[in-house]
Amino acid sequence: MNRMSWFNAVSLTLGFAFLYIPMVILIIFSFNESKLVTVWAGFSTKWYGELMQNEAFLNAAWVTIKVAVFSSTIATVLGTIAAYVMVRGGRFMGRTLFSGMIYAPLVMPEVITGLSLLLLFIGIGLDRGVLTIVLAHTTFSMCYVSVVVSSRLVTFDRSLEEAALDLGCSPAEAFRLVTLPIIAPAVISGWLLAFTLSLDDLVIASFTSGPSATTLPIKIFSAVRLGVSPEINALSTIMISIVTVGVITASLVTKHQMTRQKREEQAAERT
Amino acid sequence: MTASEFEPWNDPEAKPLIHFQNVTKRYGEFTAIDDLTIGIYEKEFYALLGPSGCGKTTLMRMLAGFETPSEGTIRLAGQDIAPVPPNKRAVNMMFQSYALFPHLSVWENIAFGLKREKMPKHDINDRVDEMLRLTRLEKFARRKPHQISGGQRQRVALARSLAKHPKLLLLDEPLGALDKKLRQETQFELMDIQEKTGTTFVIVTHDQEEAMTVASRVAVMDHGKIIQVATPDRIYENPNSVYVADFIGDVNLIAGTAKPNGSDTYALSWHEGHAPLTVQSPNPLSDGQNCQLAIRPEKVSISTEKPEQADNAVQGRILDIAYLGNLSTYHVELPTGTMIKAQTANTRRIARRAYTWEDTVWLSWTATAGVLLAN
Repeated sequence: MNRMSWFNAVSLTLGFAFLYIPMVILIIFSFNESKLVTVWAGFSTKWYGELMQNEAFLNAAWVTIKVAVFSSTIATVLGTIAAYVMVRGGRFMGRTLFSGMIYAPLVMPEVITGLSLLLLFIGIGLDRGVLTIVLAHTTFSMCYVSVVVSSRLVTFDRSLEEAALDLGCSPAEAFRLVTLPIIAPAVISGWLLAFTLSLDDLVIASFTSGPSATTLPIKIFSAVRLGVSPEINALSTIMISIVTVGVITASLVTKHQMTRQKREEQAAERT
Repeated sequence: MTASEFEPWNDPEAKPLIHFQNVTKRYGEFTAIDDLTIGIYEKEFYALLGPSGCGKTTLMRMLAGFETPSEGTIRLAGQDIAPVPPNKRAVNMMFQSYALFPHLSVWENIAFGLKREKMPKHDINDRVDEMLRLTRLEKFARRKPHQISGGQRQRVALARSLAKHPKLLLLDEPLGALDKKLRQETQFELMDIQEKTGTTFVIVTHDQEEAMTVASRVAVMDHGKIIQVATPDRIYENPNSVYVADFIGDVNLIAGTAKPNGSDTYALSWHEGHAPLTVQSPNPLSDGQNCQLAIRPEKVSISTEKPEQADNAVQGRILDIAYLGNLSTYHVELPTGTMIKAQTANTRRIARRAYTWEDTVWLSWTATAGVLLAN
């Protein structure tokens, strides 16, 4: 392999430093003995222990996970249906308008989405809580799911569905038995995307949450306004590790599958 | 009609299994199928042949139920099939891309259609095993489609579409993805399977050799119309138009005017100062009608001396030789500027060939070697 030129090496180092130094500092200080965030006073895991005692944080974490699971699941179902109709529905009146409207929330400022939902919930007299956050997150993450799923459906060989119909499936059976299993990876990554979007959403959640339900991002944000505590550092470190483990696992699984498929295809050509 | 020959289309009593009656299909302004009427008989191996965009795929998709005719009716065994959705038709299709379900094994792919019929489990097992035996895939039953080779995938697709005992099997360019050698082997396999199962096959192809090899009858299509339907040998020897003659195989076309000269015999004046050509042709032509003599390169003989007893002989100069190993095609330019191709089998070693580039040679053919086609 070519040796990297000094210019590339410097660029690479600077780029990664820019991206990761803040996180590295955060992780280091989460193990700080001192209560003062900026002064190093020796290694300790006591803030992790204290975090586990903090009822408010644990509650907020639980609400966040509930909201993320429900909203991403609903968004996945709706987003997949929307993508399917947009890609397969053929030409119908207002198709362009509808497909534009599906993607509009992608570019809509979150403040506006949040505000309009707040007005809606007040208007229909819905008490703000877990339900309203779930609804709000579903609306904005649905379009992400539909983008991911429709990009898979565009490259999907239509004759597979026709073959299923030809062999006696009703259109619904063809979708369930053939289309869905094949596009499953896209649907799952759509779900994961919706899940992470819901996990770290602050703006929309702060408009639609009520006193009965606070999500973790809101909790962290309001805690930080009173000053950064080592507990927050510990919490953030936990979140970073969960995400890192998730991403590494996913990419290892994909890589393993791809090499296996390649090997099997080569073996098949030899027989 | 003798027992050994299969020619239901010549039997006025026989009822076609599929009957297209004045079928037209339009997509907006574009007419894909133009007022088409054909009959396809049971146990026939029927080939739809034509260039891309001629409507052959549309015709097949109408049979499968993925398209409905704009006008006219399609009957399958007497029943109008326009309102029947694809999943309720006794018609199965083998797709050009094979459309094997990638998430299912070979066995599950073949069983897919049978499971939809709610067939009892042991019957499904028997039928799938039978199909695996027929297509010699027993060893690969547990593999996924990406774990087998292209030729094997093609056989899985065939087994899957035959498993439900369709009245009619549609094959959309079934061998297009295979390399030449495998394609030729598979053509014979297809014919063999068609004979064993007795299913009616309709094959769509743009490969004329493939159509000629497998089909009992070939329908040559162009621009949504059927130009000629006939057995492969009749299509080749007696094309009904310049289009068919030109589309199927290689052909020399000599333009001229016909003059009747006895029964079925014509004298073709093709160039001033040259003796007219004698042609025996079944297509009736009037006196002085403009027409073209279509003659296949392999029916033109080439020699250094003027042949003694030839109906037609012309002299020319060899401009080009295409050496194909078993055959050679000589491109001979006549003094009139006309190019004639003559093809001969290379029965001797090439070093012993009597003529080469720039040699003056004689081309000759019999009166019955070609046909006259009206312009």
